Formats: sequence, structure tokens, C-alpha cells
Amino acid sequence: MTTAVLSQDTRAVGRGRPGVRSTLTKGSALGLGIAMTWFSLLVLIPLAAIVATAGDEGWHGYVDTLTNPQTWAAIKLTVGQSLLVTGINVVMGTTIAWVLVRDRFWGKRLMDLVIDIPFAMPTIVAGLVLLGLYGPKSPLGINVSNTRASVTLALAFVTLPFIVRTVQPVLAELEADVEEAAASLGANRLTILRRIVLPSIVPAIAAGAALSFARAISEYGSLVLLSGSLPFHTEAVSVRVLTFIEGGDRTSAAALATIMLGVALAVIVALDVLQRRVARRG
Amino acid sequence: MVELPRPATWALRLLALSYVFFLVGWPLLTLTQRTFADGWSSFSQTFSDPDVTHAILVTVEISAYAVMINTVFGVGMALLLVRYEFPGKRMLSALIDLPMSVSPVVIGLALMLVYSGRYGWFGPTLESHGLVVVFNSPGMVMATCFVALPLVVREVVPVLEEIGDDQEQAARSLGANAAQVLRRITLPAIKWAVLYGVVLSLARSLGEFGALKIVSGNLTGQTQTAPLVVEEKYNNFAPNEAYAVSFILVLISILCILVVSLLRPKEPTS
Amino acid sequence: MIQRNRLIALTAAALAVPAILSGCAASSGSSGSDDKLSIVGFSVLKTANEPVISAFQKTDAGKDITFTTSYGASGDQSRAVAGGLHADEVHLSLEPDVQSLVDAGLVDKTWDQNSTDGILTDSVVVFLVRKGNPLGIKSWDDLVKPGVKVITPNPESSGSAKWNILAAWAHAAQAPGGNDTKAQDFVTKLLHNTVAMPSSGSDALASFLAGNGDVLLAYENDSIEAKAAGDDVDYIVPNDTLLIQNPAAITTDAAPAAQDFLDFQLSKEGQTLYAKAGFRPVIDGIKTQVPGANDPSDPFPTVPQLYTVDKDFGGWDKANTEFFDDKTGTITKIINGLNVGS
Repeated sequence: MTTAVLSQDTRAVGRGRPGVRSTLTKGSALGLGIAMTWFSLLVLIPLAAIVATAGDEGWHGYVDTLTNPQTWAAIKLTVGQSLLVTGINVVMGTTIAWVLVRDRFWGKRLMDLVIDIPFAMPTIVAGLVLLGLYGPKSPLGINVSNTRASVTLALAFVTLPFIVRTVQPVLAELEADVEEAAASLGANRLTILRRIVLPSIVPAIAAGAALSFARAISEYGSLVLLSGSLPFHTEAVSVRVLTFIEGGDRTSAAALATIMLGVALAVIVALDVLQRRVARRG
Repeated sequence: MVELPRPATWALRLLALSYVFFLVGWPLLTLTQRTFADGWSSFSQTFSDPDVTHAILVTVEISAYAVMINTVFGVGMALLLVRYEFPGKRMLSALIDLPMSVSPVVIGLALMLVYSGRYGWFGPTLESHGLVVVFNSPGMVMATCFVALPLVVREVVPVLEEIGDDQEQAARSLGANAAQVLRRITLPAIKWAVLYGVVLSLARSLGEFGALKIVSGNLTGQTQTAPLVVEEKYNNFAPNEAYAVSFILVLISILCILVVSLLRPKEPTS
Repeated sequence: MIQRNRLIALTAAALAVPAILSGCAASSGSSGSDDKLSIVGFSVLKTANEPVISAFQKTDAGKDITFTTSYGASGDQSRAVAGGLHADEVHLSLEPDVQSLVDAGLVDKTWDQNSTDGILTDSVVVFLVRKGNPLGIKSWDDLVKPGVKVITPNPESSGSAKWNILAAWAHAAQAPGGNDTKAQDFVTKLLHNTVAMPSSGSDALASFLAGNGDVLLAYENDSIEAKAAGDDVDYIVPNDTLLIQNPAAITTDAAPAAQDFLDFQLSKEGQTLYAKAGFRPVIDGIKTQVPGANDPSDPFPTVPQLYTVDKDFGGWDKANTEFFDDKTGTITKIINGLNVGS
């Protein structure tokens, strides 16, 4: 992700000068211009409209939103659960990517296929099915509906593919020679993992983690039936935004949305910084 | 390649398999089971309703458009981010992930605030010139593009990074121009990453629900998409039909993913 | 390889273009032509409207009319129309959703000056329970007993949920010896017993049908439909409950046929068809068998004490401000004080 980009940029420039220089050619500058126009029309301007609407009442909108205890509870729940699920994904996603790339067993291809299902399932369907399996009528007797665990479950479902799919190609591209060279120089497995494999995949893990977090904080459809949206307990931010819109309070809805944008941006940037530190050290 | 000891290999394998099974595999099986619980005729009857088939077609068309746009944008953006320098590059890279963090409710609201024909920033002007964005295909394509925007970029960037630009530099020093380098060196090298990103975008686009609910107007037989039909069937006490349509959506995505997976050369194992 | 992919992409685009363009034409063309009617309604109307529309198309007034329909949560639909979704007639869950269209200049302020005060279908708040009513729920007081798990949509986000809460309030406020304080207490206890508060009535019903909770505060028509569809549920009509009134309005730039359609919906034939879908008729003299009702030949028992928003709460404007205002509303405050903790 960004990190990988940045580490190359310091290598290329080689001087640690703040990178304001541009190596764009005419063709690529035009391409950038077109891409930015589309990006603005699609993302930047609509998001600016949200921020503008949030500011309709000046700072009041933000202050009122943050001081509303029910909203604050929703923010805590959403951000907390998203961080938790991202953490789970870092571990499980890397494990799964490892198993997919470096292991061989019957059924591996099937598992590979299944991992992308969360992308393919409309979120309401995911919610319905998860509710059937892990709700009151669970065949295993595991009922998490209307609890916080249900939020974790739903978010884990929708974010499963992210880290797996960003780490997998990088792991696959890793060349065996470097590891073999290290082994022949006497490095043990742990050292090889730590100093050769890990730094190569950390940027990919961070990229996937950013996507996983971003996806988790925005989730709505699968939470609807599974979590019960109980205020102060299992009510997610996306539901709270909908409540504001339904109540005609667009300003609070936009304020809450803007706050979440800020949170997402902060985490994305933090992961970016983390990546660069690890890449530099490794 | 570092080889893990046998017990560790087995432990990881078991962990990965059971996690994937209980989280995704079993729900998928349940979906299939519920879809065909009443037999094949009940399943096929769902699709005799012209509104249902139209909705599926609309979904496929909108997704196709969105995927094409996102692929062009994705590959272009990845190349720009990895191979070039320009002011604001890091900010842009962070912003590209942002659409994924926006809740569908907010996406709908944002697009309405700008493109609504009655109160949007651009909407009334656009509509007076005949371009209707919301409650119409363009708005639906935009909403779908929004949700899947980072997918191709994020598949391609790490691979572009990992393979480095030596080959490209070599080609350039041998006299190839930028277009040739792109076509003959870069694109072939990233083709699996691109294809993979395409297939993921497609799957995500086919399943988009929340934002389209707001932006499409849910007009039966016109702008209603398959996921919206799923919700409508479920809310009108026809759950079997809801499952049938869901099944088709998931099936289309799985088939695409399967095709790419089968065509892809096996990963290098030492 | 890339060439082939590009070719595939171009082919797909070529095939998609005519379809997309026809999509454009279909939607933008429906802005007001005389033989096309665009109906925007709340979700459960999808099944109810199909026979009504077909029957209308068999009449003289309706024989050349084609219909475009859109169904969804009442609030969402109201906002969509306010955002530019073309509609000739709107049929929504509660009056404030029409009022916001009046405020937006899309519906004339005389919309409710007809024989039924603008109302097209009725229902009442009932309790949906598991088949056989294992907990023996009979009245509102049973809902606040310890251990009873209630589901209701969230009144903050679901316009339709407001019916439920107002019904509960009216029950406690108007019971012998009741007053506003007792009502507040009662609603607080009810919400403490609530295990799920989804954003919409449909989601609440889906959650209940999936096995959550013991009792759902529901509409009678939804409950009748659920039973007719074979779900394992029963419904109880309490002795005192609130009348649910669904309004319908013609928009300001509607085709003339819209009024014909509304007249048909209000006619004996139209109301009989709505009754079959579980809605209480708004005109007298409708007698029909209603599959799914507790007693199909007497589907809509008279409720001994029937509250209405107008009579018992002073109208929606007052009720909305007093109870549901997002800063000072009584119910809003109760929910904000619900901090359950763990």
C-alpha cells in the first residue's frame, strides 16, 4: 500500500528531501488529471457535501453529536469492534494466506474460493444466514444474536477476505532464493520468518488491515438483524446515522459521518506510518 | 522457502480451515440448503417473475459498468502511485481507501446531496440539461463504483511494488516508449492482480445493497436491483424467493472467481 | 492475454450500452405522462397492491394505464420523493411522511380533505407471539413482566415504530388511575424489556421470525400476512390499542388518472382487496374472508378501547414534538437514559 510506495520513494530520491518533486510525464499527468476528476465527482465532492452539511450549524453539530451519550456509545462500539476484528484478521488473515500459498492439501482450492464469498453475498443475506446459524435457532446451540459478539461475528464475516487477499500475492511473489540464502548462512526458521518474510508482507498486512478497518466501521446490512441495534448496547454508528436521517436531522447525521471519516483517515494514516517504520527497519 | 515443522503446519492448516468453515463455509451451505429446501420447481418459479429477471439484469449491467470504470481507474491509479512522484501522492493514497469506510447510508446521502434533482448541488443543473443522475442508471453506477473503488488499486499496488521496475527500465533503455512499456511489460506482469481485483470488484458490485437502496428509487421492473428484490421478497413473506435470488448472485460471483482461479498458473512452490 | 481481456470488456460494454440507455429512458420518461401512473408506497404494500392494480386496470378508468411502483420503508420513500423520485400517488405508513412532502411543495395542503381525511388503509397495534402463545400474553401489562423479551422497531428511526410506543403510552396514561408519569414509567419498563430495536418494522418482523424475543409489537396486517404465509406465529389484539392510519395522497403534478385510481382504492372493490391483505377498511360495509386472520370470517374484531393519534395525542405534529423531538422528546429522553451498561 502506501508504505511500499513511500519506501520506494525514499530509495529513489535517496536524500530524504520532502518529496515535492514530480516525475510525471505529460501522458501520466493527463492520466492523473482524468483520474482526479472522476475521483472528485464520485468521492471528494459528495463527501465534501457531507462535511458542509455537518457544518450547517457551526461547531454545534459536532459537539452535540459527540456529547449525545447514545451516539458516543455507538461510536465506541463500532470503533472498538472494528479494531478487534481487524486484529483478529491480522492473525487469521496472515495464517490463511500462509496456508494457501505454502501448504498443499486436498480442498485447498475450495477454501481459496470460499474466502471471497463475503464479497459476493449481499449484506442482508449474510445477516439472515448468520442469524440462522448463530442465532436463536442455531443448530450448534450457539446464540449470539442481540449481543456484542454478534457484531464481532458479522464484522469478521464481511472483512475476512481483505488481509488474506492483500498478503497472498505478495507471499506468492516472494522469491525462495533470499530465504534459502539466509538458511545456508545459518539463520534458523524463526529468524528467516522475522527478518525476511515478515518485512516483506508487513506492508501488505497493513494495507489489508486498513481496508478491513474501513469496511468494518461502515458495515450496516449484516448488523441489522443480527445485532438488534439496541441503544447503548449493540447499536452501530451506521444505524445511528440512519436514525438521524429518519428524524430529519441531517446535520447530526452528517456530523457523525464526518467524525467517522476522520477516524478512518486517522487509522489509515497510522497504519501507513507503521508500515514505513517496519519497512525501514527491515 | 522456510519449512515449518509438521505439527505447526497441521495446526495452521486446521486453524485456517475451521475458521473459514465456521465463518463462511457453513453459512454458504446453509444458503444453498435453504434455497432448495422446497425443491427445484420452487426455485425456478422465482425466475418466472419478469420483475425478478429484470432486476438481475439491471444488477449485472450496473456492475459491469462499475467494474470497467474501477478497473481503468484502479490500474491507472496504481501505476501513478507506485511508479511516479507528485505532490500530494501520500494524501491521495490514503484517500483512496476512504470510500470503503463510508457507510452505505452515508454514501446514499452524499450522492443525494450533490446530485438530487431537487436540492442537490449539481442535480438541478444537470437535470435541466437532460442528465438525470439519481433514481437512474448513472447514479446507480456511481454508487456501485464508490463501494468497490479501492479493490483493484489495492490488489495491484503490492504486486507492482514487489516486482520492481527493473524490467521496465531495461525496456525503456532499449528504446521502448511509455505505451509500449505499459502494454508489453507492466500490464502482463500485473495481469493476475488486475484480474483478481476485477473479480472482487464484480462480486462486491453485484451484492451492493444499502447505497443503491437510496440512490435507485427501487422502481420495480426498472431500477430495482437483485439485492433490493431479495429484501422485498423477504419483507413480503416470500423468503424462498429471496434466497433463490441471493443464491444466483452468489453463484455468478463464485463462477467468475472460479474461472480466474482455474486459469491462474499455480503458485511457485519451491 | 490483456488484448483478450480488453476485447471481452469492450463486448460487455457494447452489450450493456443499449440496456443502460433503455434504463435511462425508462426512468426519465416516466415523469408525468397521462397513461402512466407512478405509485410510491410502504414496503408491505407490494403484495397488497398487485391485485388492486390489476382490478383497476379492468375498469374503464384504468384500462389503458400502466403502473410503475416503488416500495420501501415509509420514511425512505418519503425522502426519495422529496429528493426527486417521481410519484403520482404516495401511500405511506403515517401522516408525517406525507406532511414532509406538503412542506416540500410536492403535495397540496388540501390533500386530506376527502371523505376519509386522507386515510386509505387502517390497522391496529397487536402483539405477535410464538404459535400457541406460550407466555400467555394478553395485555400491555403482560409485556412489562420480568423476563419477557420484547422486540419493537426503534421509534427514533422508524416512523412506524412510533405507533407502538404511543399505543403503550396511551394504555398506561388512560388506565384507571393513570397519568403521564405512570405512562413514562410504563414505557421505560417496556423498553428495558426490549432485546432488539431494529431501524424498521420489516427488520423487527424478520428478527422475530428468526427466533428472537417472545413478543413483537406489530401491525395487525403484517401479522395476518405472516400467519397466511405459514409462519409459526399467533397474534393477540389487546383490549386497548392504537389505530394505525395509513395516508395516501396525490402529488401536485400527478396525471389525472391518479385521482381515478385513488377513488378505486377507496371504493368497495378496492377496500375489499386491501381487507384480504389484512388492512382494516376505511369505509363501512366491507365483509370478506381474510386468510391468516385469527378468525378469517371475522377478521377485524372491534377493539373495545381504540386510541387514535388525533383524539388522544392531539395530532401528529404535537405528538412528534412532544414525544419524539430529538432533543426534548419524552421518548427520546427515555431511550437516552436506557444506558444498559454491559
